[in-house]
Amino acid sequence: MNNIFVYCEIEDGHVAEVSLELLTKGRKLANEIDRKLEAVVIGHNLTGIEKQIFPFGVDVIHVADNSRLYPFLTLPHAEIVVNLFNEEQPEIALFGATSVGRDLAPRVASALKCGLTADCTSLMFGDHTENKTGKEYKNLLYQIRPAFGGNIIATIINPDTRPQMATVREGVMKKEVFSATHKGEIKHVNVDTILNEGHMAVQIVERHIEKQKINIKGAPIIISGGYGVGSKETFDLLFELAELLGGEVGASRAAVDAGFVDHARQVGQTGITVRPKLYIACGISGAVQHTAGMNESAKIISINNDPKAPINQIADYVINGNVADVIPKMIKFYKHNTK
Amino acid sequence: MSFKIVVLAKQVPDTRNVGKDAMKADGTVNRSALPAIFNPEDLHALEQALRIKDRMEDAEIIILTMGPPRAAEIIREAMYRGADSGYLLTDRKFAGSDTLATSYAISLAVKNIKPHLIIAGRQAIDGDTAQVGPQVAEKLNIPQVTYCEEVLDVSDDELTIKRRLERGVETVKCKTPLLITVHSSAPACRPRHAKLLMKFKHARTVSELQEETKDYTEMMTNKPYLRIEEWSVADLDADTEFLGLSGSPTKVKKIENVVLAKKDSVELTTDDKDIDYLMKELIDSHVIG
Ligand SMILES: Cc1cc2nc3c(=O)[nH]c(=O)nc-3n(C[C@H](O)[C@H](O)[C@H](O)COP(=O)(O)OP(=O)(O)OC[C@H]3O[C@@H](n4cnc5c(N)ncnc54)[C@H](O)[C@@H]3O)c2cc1C
Ligand SMILES: Cc1cc2nc3c(=O)[nH]c(=O)nc-3n(C[C@H](O)[C@H](O)[C@H](O)COP(=O)(O)OP(=O)(O)OC[C@H]3O[C@@H](n4cnc5c(N)ncnc54)[C@H](O)[C@@H]3O)c2cc1C
Repeated sequence: MNNIFVYCEIEDGHVAEVSLELLTKGRKLANEIDRKLEAVVIGHNLTGIEKQIFPFGVDVIHVADNSRLYPFLTLPHAEIVVNLFNEEQPEIALFGATSVGRDLAPRVASALKCGLTADCTSLMFGDHTENKTGKEYKNLLYQIRPAFGGNIIATIINPDTRPQMATVREGVMKKEVFSATHKGEIKHVNVDTILNEGHMAVQIVERHIEKQKINIKGAPIIISGGYGVGSKETFDLLFELAELLGGEVGASRAAVDAGFVDHARQVGQTGITVRPKLYIACGISGAVQHTAGMNESAKIISINNDPKAPINQIADYVINGNVADVIPKMIKFYKHNTK
Repeated sequence: MSFKIVVLAKQVPDTRNVGKDAMKADGTVNRSALPAIFNPEDLHALEQALRIKDRMEDAEIIILTMGPPRAAEIIREAMYRGADSGYLLTDRKFAGSDTLATSYAISLAVKNIKPHLIIAGRQAIDGDTAQVGPQVAEKLNIPQVTYCEEVLDVSDDELTIKRRLERGVETVKCKTPLLITVHSSAPACRPRHAKLLMKFKHARTVSELQEETKDYTEMMTNKPYLRIEEWSVADLDADTEFLGLSGSPTKVKKIENVVLAKKDSVELTTDDKDIDYLMKELIDSHVIG
């Protein structure tokens, strides 16, 4: 009872990255308040799925395995989660802020009449005293999220309803195996007693999901280009440097909108959150929506011909100049000075 | 009976261009300095409704918005683009609503209207949660289809919808009644129509009429379509405990402005020696290489 639950998304027999990141965070939160970590897995042909999940320190996995449950459909998944939460009374429930999680979690929260915080960038425990009543709360989940188009950061709490529900975007939390040999308990959900015809109201006629080809999230070095890169041709220089350094190319939204690179490379509030050991921002002004996705990079270099560009404020090194002049010099030095 | 479509639309501050003057001295956002606009994705939602109306002669488009009295502006804006009528939900008791309380109030109004189809935007650009659509659907106990990019086919009792997902597309079918949320990748809304602008420019809510110096009585009697319905809590069959602040389980504990903390940065030029120095530092500290 009152444990921490993570809804695990499944695509093609794999647990989504964001779910593994949430399990990692869930384990830490569970330890802090001395609760168990439980995972919810809903899909079809899930035999063996626990091997992907237990290493993240999960104590109990609830498996709902049925042909009606894959691919994802809102109503049957919501019904199963609502039933489970009514029985288990979780303290906290976390979902990925993905097209699945942001479709499912609000429906579940509405059915349970509990609060849901969207798109959190940080989760931690804290105390709270209600101003009016003076009532004190210990270890509430502080759910920290950007709102207002990324211009403000709000700390949201749900003092009185449980579970405290939140969605979190991919890449925001770190994924870390707890113990490769960790084992927990598997509980099977009896799907047939829960679902009826009404839950199958939406029918999937066709589905094309691409395997994620570009994955800049895990890259240790990201050379990111903005509108100031100016052309696809200059972006090619960024690709050359990235390949040389063993990194990936990222981009601002303005660069994506200009058609310089694919959307999958967009860093920021409506793109990917990254935390590489080196982030080189080339011709990026540093709008909050962009920096929200990269300001935790270990080292930041800004190449910009405007010395007042906001990005320079958070950079460790600022190169005042043209992208097209600087990158070839970096490439040249690197080629000459390493084997 | 006509095919009734309710479009949920929200008036929002334009958060896409928050300049320095939009920040108050205490660091909070000065909403009144930002223009109030039609939430962008709700215009995409309206366009989907208009496309259905292009195909179905008996379709009727009703705008529903919850907000302060001035939110009637977006109902008129929608009428200029082809919506037939609108409802404004406005009451101080709605203040402080989170998405759960917002959805509860909206769902009660929808129940009064009894539409076949409800179309919402995916997300509002101020609260940024994308939760209201799915929560209204749950409160009405009807299916939801989120991230709609195009309604491919529609009949009185069934819709075929193309959805835009993070890494692909999906086509689904569902019987009405149904709620869909529309993604920004869907077609943009058609512009205002000159004839409709003429027809609806005097459309008013009751509160707005009270502010008018001109006498609208005759016009409103002769042209009943100019009336924008205004509902308060009293017009809904509501359990007031679930409205406004008391109906909102989430509380905002703290709000901070996003300010970039200035780092002590090393400033360099494009001279070879500067770039070489930087690259050497990075290699020596094993950041690269
Ligand atoms: C709700 C919302 C969500 C958003 N989400 C994201 C997001 O996820 N990611 C994102 O990136 N943006 C996002 N944006 C957009 C964001 O606000 C900015 O518009 C965008 O990041 C700007 O991109 P940019 O820095 O490349 O372009 P600009 O702001 O145009 O900056 C170009 C920079 O390049 C410099 N420059 C020009 N020429 C050169 C040159 N030859 N050499 C060197 N420097 C040069 C200029 O001095 C300038 O600083 C979002 C906006 C909104 C409203
Ligand atoms: C800083 C801040 C953070 C917040 N964080 C949260 C949070 O994490 N969780 C939470 O529950 N609430 C939160 N809220 C409250 C939330 O913004 C309001 O409840 C708001 O009324 C609805 O949410 P939204 O703007 O996110 O709309 P969304 O859910 O993003 O809107 C989706 C669609 O629903 C329809 N819609 C939404 N509102 C209306 C309306 N008033 N009238 C007509 N149609 C509408 C529109 O079609 C819209 O496109 C927050 C508010 C602030 C100021």
